[in-house]
Amino acid sequence: MTIETKTCAADGTDRSDLIESLREKAREMRKDIVRMVGAAKSGHPGGSLSAADILAALYGRVMRHDPANPTWPDRDRFVLSKGHACPVLYAALAEFGYFPREELMTFRRINSRIQGHPDMRKTPGVEFSTGSLGQGLGAANGMALAGKLDGKDYRVFVMIGDGESQEGSIWEAAMAAAHYKLDNLTAILDLNGLQIDGPNAEVMGIQPVADKWRAFGWNVIEIDGHDLAQILDALSPEHRTAGKPTMIVARTVKGKGVSFMENAVDWHGKAPKPDEVEKALAELDAA
Amino acid sequence: MPEMLATRKAYGQALVELGRENPNVVVLDCDLSKSTMTNQFAKEFPERFINMGIAEANMMATAAGLAACGKIAFTSTFAVFATGRAWEQARMSIGYTRMNVKIAATHAGVTVGEDGASHQANEDIALMRVIPNFTVIVPADAVETRQAVHAAARHAGPAYIRLGRADVPVIFDDTYRFEIGSAVVMREGTDISLFACGGMVAEALKAADILAAEGISAEVVNVSTIKPLDVETIVASVRKTGAAVSAEEHTIIGGLGGAISEALAEEYPVPMKRVGIEDCFGESGTSDELLCKYCMTGPNIADAARIVLARKPALSAVEGEAGR
Repeated sequence: MTIETKTCAADGTDRSDLIESLREKAREMRKDIVRMVGAAKSGHPGGSLSAADILAALYGRVMRHDPANPTWPDRDRFVLSKGHACPVLYAALAEFGYFPREELMTFRRINSRIQGHPDMRKTPGVEFSTGSLGQGLGAANGMALAGKLDGKDYRVFVMIGDGESQEGSIWEAAMAAAHYKLDNLTAILDLNGLQIDGPNAEVMGIQPVADKWRAFGWNVIEIDGHDLAQILDALSPEHRTAGKPTMIVARTVKGKGVSFMENAVDWHGKAPKPDEVEKALAELDAA
Repeated sequence: MPEMLATRKAYGQALVELGRENPNVVVLDCDLSKSTMTNQFAKEFPERFINMGIAEANMMATAAGLAACGKIAFTSTFAVFATGRAWEQARMSIGYTRMNVKIAATHAGVTVGEDGASHQANEDIALMRVIPNFTVIVPADAVETRQAVHAAARHAGPAYIRLGRADVPVIFDDTYRFEIGSAVVMREGTDISLFACGGMVAEALKAADILAAEGISAEVVNVSTIKPLDVETIVASVRKTGAAVSAEEHTIIGGLGGAISEALAEEYPVPMKRVGIEDCFGESGTSDELLCKYCMTGPNIADAARIVLARKPALSAVEGEAGR
């Protein structure tokens, strides 16, 4: 099954159907995130839940990819530079058919194909191994450069974190993507505002972050990262600018969808206990 | 006098050959292309040369992304930056991922010369050989460099190639055949094994001449692949000689001497001494002055051999008594 890139239909009914179906996908992905982190008794739920709507849109609509042929040379690529949020990536890959959903319950276990941080050599659909912050954007640049060299029309998507934006190598890559006019590259900043030790603003301020990317020569789009209509618009090919890489600054809520995890620093890298898993799943079902 | 040529110059020429042979070869550099000699490739294949500016960490990540899309990516800068500044990118984005990236770093060792300690990488072999999946090659001269660059391009996976700034003697002729993982016995001997890499191979040959004049038969082995180490050839040599000296333009901790010590400690322990930088930083000076001051010349290797040989007879005496 090839999922083709299409722009959203002008017909309002089709579009609302699409958004409803992606919302359902995101809901299932969030439930899988809670289940797999709960089963693993470790992992990073907060920054996974904040990114679920964006990954649902990418894998469910925007990207040209084929789960039956994960190494298809002409596929669009997605790199999760904030690799600790891999539960959302695994949830998306399972949801869209890269591996059986039951395998999610092996997350972080010995001999599992789905590692604590993404491993491209073990997991089908993982485009690049990440986990050490600040490297995925550079790798995505390399993929975009290769596409230009080979005259291919694939797009490269990469998600970085707000805490990750404190890494110097992010800005080395920001400079290079603009210098090489990588308009086949779209980066998404998951701006949930929190990192391990507290709010970004207290640990190491990154604002005004959209202005920083503009100053580095990027086409910058600011959206609500949970509004699927805005997400789809920002990711559509029309919103690119010729000769410039695109940065989508997505304002999100860390822990989105689970009341007791929302905007709570502690849920960056903590697993829910069985009763908390049940409570979270009930909330997600009711939403 | 033998012909003198820096290994970085041979690298620049080999890259151009590779570029002509294989359209998938791309080259990245961090604003040092005139020194690393990648400028020759840049001139002939401007579309496949990517200058990353002074940003070594991002160069490694970008090369990994290019390799993920089928490119053979060569990255070049000075060894101190390639392996120090960007070590974690090499580990995470190249070693762990087994990407087809070749880090070909120049200006290794004290023979960088006048630039001084900040620019003299004496730790790079140690740093790169501890990363799983990396092949580590230290060519001895221009002939071996050219072949090593071609071999690294054919080898699927990460490689580190260590190159020098200064001219070194051309010690191989066109009949030489380099193979990844094969150490080469350059001169046979029976009393002591001299294991060397890079520019120290020529010095080890000088040491063998010095020792020969004293009636000592030294075997000289060029260990140009540090990883995977050719343990078989190394052990075969010391089984014959019963004594070893290593010589490298690198700290004696963790490099060629470290690798051989590890292998011999497990496989066939013999008296040994490591010649190289003795756990200190370098300084400014000419290449030759620095090699003398830091005791990495043929006479220094010969001195080390005499010290090791003095420890050897005690062992044979014990064996001799047991035999009586």
